[in-house]
Amino acid sequence: MTDPYTLVVVTAGIGDPSSTRMLADRAAQRTRDLVTRRGGTADVQVVDLRELAAEVTTALTSTHVGPKLQLAIDALGRADGVIAATPVYKAAPSGLFSSFFQVLDNDLLIGKPVVLAATAGTARHSLVVDEQLRSLFGFLRTLVAPTSLFAAPEDWGDPGLNKRIDRAVLELVLLMESGFARQVRDESWHSYQHEFGSAGGTEVSIDLDSDMMRLAAGGTVPD
Amino acid sequence: MQFGVFSVSDITRDPVSGHTPSEAERIDAVVQIAKKTEEVGLDVFAIGEHHNPPFFSSAPTTLLAFIAAATERLILTTSTTLITTNDPVRIAEEYAMLQHLSKGRMDLMLGRGNTAPVYPWFGQDIRQSLPLALENYNLLHRLWREDVIDWEGKFRTPLQGFTSTPRPLDDVPPFVWHGSIRTPEIAEQAAYYGDGFFANHIFWPKEHYMRLIKFYRQRYAHYGHGTEQQAIVGLGGQAYIARRSQDAVKEFRPYFNEAPVYGHGPKMEDFMRSTPLSVGSPQEVIDKTLTFREHFGDYQRQLFLIDHAGLPLKTVLDQLELLGGEVVPTLRKELAAKRDPQVPDAPTHAARVKAKYGDLLPRQPRPNANRGDNVTGGSPYQDTDQVTQAAGN
Repeated sequence: MTDPYTLVVVTAGIGDPSSTRMLADRAAQRTRDLVTRRGGTADVQVVDLRELAAEVTTALTSTHVGPKLQLAIDALGRADGVIAATPVYKAAPSGLFSSFFQVLDNDLLIGKPVVLAATAGTARHSLVVDEQLRSLFGFLRTLVAPTSLFAAPEDWGDPGLNKRIDRAVLELVLLMESGFARQVRDESWHSYQHEFGSAGGTEVSIDLDSDMMRLAAGGTVPD
Repeated sequence: MQFGVFSVSDITRDPVSGHTPSEAERIDAVVQIAKKTEEVGLDVFAIGEHHNPPFFSSAPTTLLAFIAAATERLILTTSTTLITTNDPVRIAEEYAMLQHLSKGRMDLMLGRGNTAPVYPWFGQDIRQSLPLALENYNLLHRLWREDVIDWEGKFRTPLQGFTSTPRPLDDVPPFVWHGSIRTPEIAEQAAYYGDGFFANHIFWPKEHYMRLIKFYRQRYAHYGHGTEQQAIVGLGGQAYIARRSQDAVKEFRPYFNEAPVYGHGPKMEDFMRSTPLSVGSPQEVIDKTLTFREHFGDYQRQLFLIDHAGLPLKTVLDQLELLGGEVVPTLRKELAAKRDPQVPDAPTHAARVKAKYGDLLPRQPRPNANRGDNVTGGSPYQDTDQVTQAAGN
């Protein structure tokens, strides 16, 4: 029996119940079911950004990371897969959602498989997820599943939504099973940019064999 | 163990009274704060360096020389001196001058500065900040140790036959602290030269600083300057003290809430939990400060930030009374009792003179007569040949 997958759901839904949360939960549940059918297990952890709103804005303005935000960062650092879901406001992802991913270290999510999901009050917003979220997750060097999820009010009664969810979920599970993120990290972690203490506080290795370290020890700046 | 205060030199509106001090008021106030620091029995006063409003301290050696003249015992230092945008030749000259005028009651702490627009004002580029800092210090280190230097680097015009004047007091260079919160290369440089390492651990969880200081200690030992425990470590801290804990919290909260850098953000209680900030009774500040030693090992210098965020002068002077009268005496006693006897005191000029010369008289460089081309000669001082010989063999 292999270790269970850790699946982290990040949701920026606000209402209770929130349709964004419902979409994310549905994807998470179907991911867990699929993993089980394929002989594995998955633990699901939910990061509800509504509860982190004050700490996210504090981190944006003062770099101080509060305890709840740190827990969310730790969870994402351990995640094998991520489902990231946001409502669409004014033709853009929720500012809370964008702010959260903006305060994360650039190297926290490298190589991790992600399913993107959005909800909106009208189908006219349907391309927000592909046109705006993909670039953010590209910057973070994540591996975004080819199928992204979008639900306007009419989609909740349409069996097509579940079909798309299942498509995205299979993509996510296959990406997790491939071990891509782990292998990238094992073989190529050093080739990405890091700072001391980045990757959510886990990147604390120090390379003594660098031009800057030689300069620090009385050497000269290379041309 | 040395205790003192460090100031950022911010001029901030007092959120309680609404009063914004003028530059003149704040500069006068900081001189009074420094004098009071000595009066209440503390050891060190440090001032920052900035080149943009709302800060006043663009010329730290001028301020520190003035304070040196008005005090007798206080050690004057910086928090920090910009090793990136200052010409290292000017740092060598200005701080050697301060060293002479203060009779050795000074050292300095180097930092990089993180305000991007400042760099181009001085012809530099923040993207080169790290190599700039490292190269500049490699040069500064030589300027204070070699009477005549030939030097060529990437960032500064070359030097041929250059002598930085005045030579350091007693030919013993000022002690240097390297301030850094997240840069292993700076810790490495401090370790390589056997200099001090100062961590102003205001924001990060302490685990990061523990790793960085541990790395500095290991490298200090690696380069043969002593054991890991003997490396020279300084720490920042931040305190607001009142006799009763609840008064401290009530009085400081409006300043915390609107403070530069972290104001309008975290709750004060959360910030106290995860950073070195203590707001409370003398005993609470003592207890919190004693935890620093447990995390970082025996260390040599503890500086507190007490004069920022618009706190009025009278409050700051009261804070100094409490810090010097009730907090630091207990800290001195408790830390001395726990201290490993192998751990050295913070370096002072007198101790460094003693280490270099023992009972012999220190060297006092005397220039040769002006022959019109002093910059081209190989020997600007009467005894340089002997010194070079002694050092070279």
